[in-house]
Amino acid sequence: MQHLKKAKLVLEDGTVFEGTSFGYEKSVSGEVVFYTAMTGYPESLTDPSYKGQILVPTYPLIGNYGVPVKTEENGLPKFFESDKIHCTGLIISDYSFAYSHWNAEKSLGEWLKEEQVPGLFGIDTRALTKKLREHGSMLGKIVFSGEDIDFYDPNKENLVAQVSTKETKEYGTGKYKVVLVDCGVKYNIIRCLLKRDTTVKRVAWDYDFSNEDCDGIFLSNGPGDPALCKATIENVRKSLKKNIPIMGICLGNQIMARAAGAETYKLKYGHRSHNQPVMTPGNARCYITSQNHGFAINDATLPEDWQPLFVNVNDGTNEGIRHKTKPFFSAQFHPEASSGPLDTEFLFDKFIENIKDSTK
Amino acid sequence: MKEINKILLLGSGALKIGEAGEFDYSGSQALKAIREEGKYSVLINPNIATVQTSEGVADKIYFLPVTPEFVEDVIKKERPDGILLSFGGQTALNCGVELYKKGVLAKYDVEVLGTPVQAIIDTEDREIFSSKLHEIDVKTPRSIAANNMSEALHAAEELGFPIIIRAAYTLGGLGSGFCSNMEELKKLAASAFSYSPQVLVEESLKGWKEVEYEVVRDGYDNCITVCNMENFDPLGIHTGESIVVAPSQTLTNSEYHKLRSIAIKIIRHIGIVGECNVQYALDPNSEDYRVIEVNARLSRSSALASKATGYPLAFVAAKLGMGYGLHEIKNSVTKVTTACFEPALDYVVCKIPRWDLSKFEGVSKVIGSSMKSVGEIMAIGRTFEEVIQKGLRMVGQGMHGFVCNNAKIEDVDEELSHPTDKRIFAIESAFNQGYSVERIHELTKIDSWFLEKLKNIHDLKEELQKYSTVRGVTPDKMRQAKQMGFSDFQIARLTIKDDDTSGTHQNMLKVRAYRKEIGVTPVIKQIDTLAGEYPAKTNYLYATYNATETDIVYEHDYRSVIVLGSGAYRIGSSVEFDWCCVSAINAIKKSGYRSVMINYNPETVSTDYDTCDRLYFDELSFERVMDIVDLEQPKGVIVSTGGQIPNNLAMKLYHQHVPILGTSALSIDRAEDRQKFSSMCDSLGIDQPRWRELSTIEEIYKFIDEVGFPLLIRPSYVLSGAAMNVVSNKEELLHFLELAVEVSKEHPVVVSEFIQQAKEVEIDAVAQDGEVKAYAISEHVEFAGVHSGDATIVFPAQKLYIETIRRIKKIARMVAKELNISGPFNMQFLAKDNDIKVIECNLRASRSFPFVSKVIKYNFVEMATRIMLGENVEELHKSVFDLDYVGVKASQFSFARLLQADPVLGVDMSSTGEVGCIGENYYEAILKSMLSVGHKIPEKNILISSGPARSKIELLEATLMLKEKGYNIFATGGTAKFFEENGVDVTLLHWPDEEMEPNIMEYLRNKKIDMVINIPKNLTQRELDNGYKIRRAAVDYNIPLLTNARLASTFITAICKLDKSDIAIKSWDEYK
Repeated sequence: MQHLKKAKLVLEDGTVFEGTSFGYEKSVSGEVVFYTAMTGYPESLTDPSYKGQILVPTYPLIGNYGVPVKTEENGLPKFFESDKIHCTGLIISDYSFAYSHWNAEKSLGEWLKEEQVPGLFGIDTRALTKKLREHGSMLGKIVFSGEDIDFYDPNKENLVAQVSTKETKEYGTGKYKVVLVDCGVKYNIIRCLLKRDTTVKRVAWDYDFSNEDCDGIFLSNGPGDPALCKATIENVRKSLKKNIPIMGICLGNQIMARAAGAETYKLKYGHRSHNQPVMTPGNARCYITSQNHGFAINDATLPEDWQPLFVNVNDGTNEGIRHKTKPFFSAQFHPEASSGPLDTEFLFDKFIENIKDSTK
Repeated sequence: MKEINKILLLGSGALKIGEAGEFDYSGSQALKAIREEGKYSVLINPNIATVQTSEGVADKIYFLPVTPEFVEDVIKKERPDGILLSFGGQTALNCGVELYKKGVLAKYDVEVLGTPVQAIIDTEDREIFSSKLHEIDVKTPRSIAANNMSEALHAAEELGFPIIIRAAYTLGGLGSGFCSNMEELKKLAASAFSYSPQVLVEESLKGWKEVEYEVVRDGYDNCITVCNMENFDPLGIHTGESIVVAPSQTLTNSEYHKLRSIAIKIIRHIGIVGECNVQYALDPNSEDYRVIEVNARLSRSSALASKATGYPLAFVAAKLGMGYGLHEIKNSVTKVTTACFEPALDYVVCKIPRWDLSKFEGVSKVIGSSMKSVGEIMAIGRTFEEVIQKGLRMVGQGMHGFVCNNAKIEDVDEELSHPTDKRIFAIESAFNQGYSVERIHELTKIDSWFLEKLKNIHDLKEELQKYSTVRGVTPDKMRQAKQMGFSDFQIARLTIKDDDTSGTHQNMLKVRAYRKEIGVTPVIKQIDTLAGEYPAKTNYLYATYNATETDIVYEHDYRSVIVLGSGAYRIGSSVEFDWCCVSAINAIKKSGYRSVMINYNPETVSTDYDTCDRLYFDELSFERVMDIVDLEQPKGVIVSTGGQIPNNLAMKLYHQHVPILGTSALSIDRAEDRQKFSSMCDSLGIDQPRWRELSTIEEIYKFIDEVGFPLLIRPSYVLSGAAMNVVSNKEELLHFLELAVEVSKEHPVVVSEFIQQAKEVEIDAVAQDGEVKAYAISEHVEFAGVHSGDATIVFPAQKLYIETIRRIKKIARMVAKELNISGPFNMQFLAKDNDIKVIECNLRASRSFPFVSKVIKYNFVEMATRIMLGENVEELHKSVFDLDYVGVKASQFSFARLLQADPVLGVDMSSTGEVGCIGENYYEAILKSMLSVGHKIPEKNILISSGPARSKIELLEATLMLKEKGYNIFATGGTAKFFEENGVDVTLLHWPDEEMEPNIMEYLRNKKIDMVINIPKNLTQRELDNGYKIRRAAVDYNIPLLTNARLASTFITAICKLDKSDIAIKSWDEYK
């Protein structure tokens, strides 16, 4: 085994955890968040919503199946959610130096090194998680000896501007033209749309689509505080006056709400897992969803013509909204999954139905 | 929908291979759910040692066979509104399907709660099952159903070898197996057809990964998967025979969720309401898959999944059956969130089966597609290395983890490619011989990820071996070793080189002391179902070295009372000790103390975190118990309710000043140590069979000159007669001595005279400060020589002299006084003409405690626990004359699963379970209990092969009764002659090797015989071979078999005296 460097995870309250490096060796800082999903580290690491964050999977054994090959399909890497790792660092309990999978081409450690992302193992991630649960998400830094740096709060920055596409791109040749507002889109959203006979026009977060000739508008997921996406909110507000179907996911849900006039707030430690149950109010149907968000909609501030579409069964927070009469809806969770359960993919079907109805 | 107020639940009966304690757990959970709803529950289960058949669990309990006839009788009497079929394993499910098909449920308007019967039928009939899944484009193995041998052969030609064949409607893969040619197919198919009218011939997926999902669906169509599990062993080894981990380790997100979605699609399509289990084969080189099996009921896997996640599947399934939605049920761990979620684990669990194959003569040790293991363990930790090493120790067969064992593997390549119960240790041998991970993977098809982890353990072992003292091990290295699951014992064995004489235990203490000095101690973590996302006051705990912070804040108020559990179910220790532990826990709670349980068997009720105030799902080793004692600082530890494992720890704990509640460890030692016990008996004037503890052959020969043959041979610390045997000549003697020495080097061999034709009598008792406060005397139907765990036991004893009873009471009192017993104890005696000899004394609860407690209706363990807590108890004044009924405990054998094993009883135990039934009289109780373990009242043809002269005489009267009753008797040569001479008309059948018609084998094969009585005779090799063939054929063709003359004549008397209609359908509480 090669020589392994020790490094520290330092939290803003002064707590220090010592671990061993298996990734890139440089000090970094960001917001420390935990997620409880047991599978899907390649997907999570490339999810742009984790921009600026140091990830703590609560599941202790990570790296088991290595990192998949970089095959492309429809102009997108087949097994990743974007073109690179977006999170700032990775903190785990037990790292598998040896991996095993037919589809893997390198180890997680090799990948982290290539992408210059630090990773530490040998940390009591349950103790760390409990701390984050009690204090709420905290700023933290991974410090290699002799290389101390300052804390950094990613939520004060417009992270969306950093992860959004810089240029307009088009995917597919389907019947329905969908404008995808990229606030940090996960590629599986594009895959889910392409599966449903669409042509996807992926535009930058501040692109003015309000006069675009299209069949539907899609508001993607993305990192950080929705309040900072002023341009997107403004463009959505204009579109809400019209009748082109709109669907939003995660940050897209929050942007939709803010455009409609509702407020959003920061959750204590957010929802980051594959096991969040949501229900439609007044209905006995319950869905298990994949989630990754630190902010939420304040239901009480929803305007008259809007209503909650889903609520979280565990803590009662908002999980989606819809317009009472127009074809606008959004979900706080991730119907595109990847990673996570596939139970709510039918929402994409609903979006396409709305498009069909409005183009009749 | 009609209102459901009274619910009938079917249990699974006696524990057998493939159907064990997990159904006590699932049934208990269901009954708890019913009770919580304020509904009235009726339970049918003859397994008297279970927790579910205890007071306060069900409202009404019937100790009756779970068969359609008896269940119908109970339905007629009780008129329940609803019935639950999925909590009692395959036994209950099959019974339910039959009741449904016969129209019994419709006739009495009993609604099936939860999964509809049609859905059960759809999953059980493999052809319907496959076509059902094809309707929704779900792949199943290519297979062809065959209804006879020629169809089976055609099917194999079409699919091409290798193929697998399976029998429909059987327990845990009975009659299944792989065939690589026509010859093998013919053999296996013949046996499969004897269990089932339909056999499936399928493509072989040997080498694929095996993955399972536990899926739940409610009446609103909400679906969740509670857990997925991955088999360490590839497909081809039954999941009950595999090492299993949860959650899956080598599946990507895409594979995990693809299979999860399919599982949900299946449960919806089949229409299950409650729980089901979906088993997959997954191609190790693509995402291709097959669905292998769907179990529309609670299963061993669901019990494991419940324990692995903290999600109470059975409880939830019962609630769903009563009409609730998942979102309407609370998460019983967090109490704030709902049951509609999927647990997130922040640890890994590993299940390992326990086999007891060495207990059987002739059995094949190869593991494959049908189940042979008798129990299992589950280890929890935060690395795979930690759980596999913990787990291998928990199995309890003398292994110290993955490394540092004395496992002898003769042919590593053979063992890796044709696995037996020793497979995992062959992997370590292979590493020792320099095999690469790739090579081992090629031979075993075990995923390299698991092998790499095992290699890590092996590599660290090599590193540790380089140290010459334990104090030379750096703190970092020590921590790393503990993180990889090394025990103090393993570390001692690897690092302590100065060959001092202080012994392994002392060396282990040195490691412990050093480790504590340098601060390498375990932390305790909670299992909370949500990986710490929500605050939970959970009491479900495990120890790990892969963390730095303990989740628990200890009170240190000296009010914790620790109960040590019984570990893996095995032959000789199963659900009865779980009942004892749960009874102790309940008594501790009642007395206002904090009940703390340590146990690691996922099939038990004692490891249900609802049962106690704090559950450590962890090792019952000296090391781990000491770790927990250090943390808890308890009022005391109870070692007398968990069988032999805690009993054996008593002295070691005592030497560390751990407060042991009740009888002193020194007294326990005086009873366990034969030498000490014997001299005590001598001084008290208590007789024993002559015995000697000997270490050389010469000494043994001298002893033989004194007492003669037969002799009983055993090692001094006995667990259900391991390596114990009777020998009748010098040749046998030498053979068994070799086996015994291999079992335990620390203890010499004990040789004792074996008394024939003696009655065996037991006393189960509770004493306080040496004063007996309660006792129960029972007798065996069989003469001494049949292990007490296999014997048929009658309580109260019906056929003893009053004088015998008085003497036994007196001896028990003397022993209690001398050893100053405070707590439970059990003694076994031989009685011949009022001559009493002590053969066994255990200062702990015995296997028969639940049986006698429930028959006498007084909980002996509760009384014992109160005594151990220091309370004063009233003496139990109920005497046997106050009981207007009789209890009979009968043994369940699982020979059908143990291919080639000789189904014969001896001094070593071979039963896997038991039942206990209550009757108005001796014969009614015998009949009920025998029917409960699978015997049937024969239709007309009975084969008798009566063995030695003594048993011929024993059976003569019974045979006359059978003739009178109109039965046709078939007999082998000697028996026929003897019967003819005594005026009994019988038909002669020729021995198997005579190849003359009419031949026994032909009669058995064609099921012309309804019951076989074959009494083994220790004579010539020829008789032994013939006897074996008959016994084995009876088992293989599923014909009831009796091999003991005393039991056979008792059973025959019962069926001749009583008809089925004479059997009273009375619940437990109706026997007053």
